[in-house]
Amino acid sequence: MISLETKLPGLDLKNPIMPASGCFGFGREFSELYDLNKLGAVVIKAATLNPRYGNQTPRVAETAAGMLNSIGLQNPGVETICSEELPFLSQFKTPVIANVAGSTIEEYVAVAKRLDESGLIQALELNISCPNVKEGGVQFGKDPVLAAEVTAQVKETVALPVYVKLSPNTADIVQMAKAVEAGGADGLSMINTLTGMQIDLSSKKPLLANQTGGLSGPAIKPVAIRMVYEVRQHSGLPIIGMGGISAAEDVLEFLIAGASAVAVGTANIHDPFACVNIIDRLPQLLEKYGFQNVEEAIGGGNRNEANVSRS
Amino acid sequence: MMQTELIVLANEKIADQTIEMQLGLNSDNLGTEVQKFVPGQFLHVKVGEADTTMLRRPISIADVDGNGNITIIFKISGRGTDMLSKQTAGSRIDALLPCGTGYPVDNLNLDTALLIGGGIGVPPLYYLGKTLAARGTRIISILGFQKADHVFYKEKFAELGESIIVTDDGSYGEKGFVTDCLKEMDIDFDCFFSCGPTPMLQAVTNKLTGRHGYISVEQRMGCGIGACYACVVPAKSGTGFKKICKDGPVFAANEVSL
Ligand SMILES: Cc1cc2nc3c(=O)[nH]c(=O)nc-3n(C[C@H](O)[C@H](O)[C@H](O)COP(=O)(O)OP(=O)(O)OC[C@H]3O[C@@H](n4cnc5c(N)ncnc54)[C@H](O)[C@@H]3O)c2cc1C
Ligand SMILES: Cc1cc2nc3c(=O)[nH]c(=O)nc-3n(C[C@H](O)[C@H](O)[C@H](O)COP(=O)(O)O)c2cc1C
Ligand code: FES
Repeated sequence: MISLETKLPGLDLKNPIMPASGCFGFGREFSELYDLNKLGAVVIKAATLNPRYGNQTPRVAETAAGMLNSIGLQNPGVETICSEELPFLSQFKTPVIANVAGSTIEEYVAVAKRLDESGLIQALELNISCPNVKEGGVQFGKDPVLAAEVTAQVKETVALPVYVKLSPNTADIVQMAKAVEAGGADGLSMINTLTGMQIDLSSKKPLLANQTGGLSGPAIKPVAIRMVYEVRQHSGLPIIGMGGISAAEDVLEFLIAGASAVAVGTANIHDPFACVNIIDRLPQLLEKYGFQNVEEAIGGGNRNEANVSRS
Repeated sequence: MMQTELIVLANEKIADQTIEMQLGLNSDNLGTEVQKFVPGQFLHVKVGEADTTMLRRPISIADVDGNGNITIIFKISGRGTDMLSKQTAGSRIDALLPCGTGYPVDNLNLDTALLIGGGIGVPPLYYLGKTLAARGTRIISILGFQKADHVFYKEKFAELGESIIVTDDGSYGEKGFVTDCLKEMDIDFDCFFSCGPTPMLQAVTNKLTGRHGYISVEQRMGCGIGACYACVVPAKSGTGFKKICKDGPVFAANEVSL
């Protein structure tokens, strides 16, 4: 019997598959399609201190093997999320990870604190990497000093484990990982979307009202795998890997590259059953490639190399 | 809502670049579900694989028959609709359905309904008109197209009641926009229903300010089920917003800011 269980700080996962933040709302819509108990965990849409309307529409565009989005962290604000959305998710036996965003360190801390106090989530994911908001977000994801600082201040305030979601829009991903590790992060989520643009030939203008957006989907998978693999060589933090996963094969690739669990984003938009289909197929695939369980597959591709610390 | 495979039963060109497609269910059990579909709801259709066409395409339900077969009408306007147009009888199409909130037909008791449609906004109004007519509502429709060879369903709308066709260049019916007709005619109606491009909806709601009416709004979609926040429109009251794919695409005429 192939076991899909995997352990991460604060998270005992029955399988390593979770929907990625922003591609699953707060779970209500998907709960009409399947039983959310099937998922390893749920990562909710970003929470900010106040409600955010987000960017002008159009906010999504299709690309080769992917999409661009410029949603702009639309959400009803942390208070409403805690009072109206999280109680719904708590009826499922599936851990919830809350994605936290802010414009200032104080905002990150305040949002994290409120979520921590709710008692309704099992971990925090600091989104220091959203490319779609002008102030905040991405500046934390590009500056290792700021990234370490926001991590440290959130860690000081909350009891929950803190995962930091890294941006691929940086020259040195390893440096960013080391910075947040020094700041006290319990784990890493990687990667967020890559900044991109598409031009509409008939109007000769960018297709998205916001001009640029975040590229996601299969197109970014090789970048994500490379980054997970590189970071795995230099950091002991467990990694939740993501970027272009749409099949069980992709999951196995991330595990071998060094991720301990994965998040599936854009694939849910193409096929709302993507997560459950992957979960159903994973045991058979692990077996096919000679793994007894998920834990054994983690880092499987570089087990004999130096500098690999298993979590 | 469900995800299912529909079987293409027929695919016919009914106007320039315009396809009428009949879709059947892959299981008899779904027949009763389809009878519950509300005019204004749409299918979110997977037109290819993630490496070509990542996003599904929203296409309105243009009709539902007693056997649970669904009609859609779409215009070939890009890669996705072009791929869809090439599906022949027997092909299977993955769709989420029914998506969105349609026209509140069950709560409306109308003597006269005015339908105002433009281009690819015309199809959902057919299912609406048919449903209302079956309840004894008098139907008046004003349908706008670019030119003569874009016109479709003129006979079908004529069967429902009075129907006026306008074309931008006057090559068929009246010349001008649907709103020009509203100006010229003194139409008596209880409620209007409009679907078409946003500028047309803006013109219609401006002209009919204060009248009881419903509009169907279009926006580029991601998930189509309310989870990704791609398709929002500002609510007219205060600072809130509505998701077009879930709260809409049909809204009361004074509910959203276009
Ligand atoms: C609720 C709703 C109902 C609709 N019903 C119909 C219908 O019954 N018949 C019909 O012909 N068309 C309808 N449309 C418009 C139809 O969805 C677009 O024409 C179609 O998606 C274009 O796809 P494409 O691949 O051919 O174009 P492309 O330009 O190649 O598409 C690229 C992307 O842009 C999106 N997109 C392009 N045009 C539109 C548009 N006008 N509205 C929303 N998204 C768009 C596509 O979905 C796709 O994600 C409807 C739209 C909505 C929102
Ligand atoms: C529509 C959309 C909305 C997103 N919103 C968020 C968000 O609110 N917070 C966040 O950290 N990441 C957000 N992301 C990024 C995803 O969580 C994920 O990191 C990225 O899309 C890569 O994975 P994928 O290729 O599987 O989609 C969003 C992505 C998409 C496509
Ligand atoms: S398309 Fe995803 S919320 Fe409407």
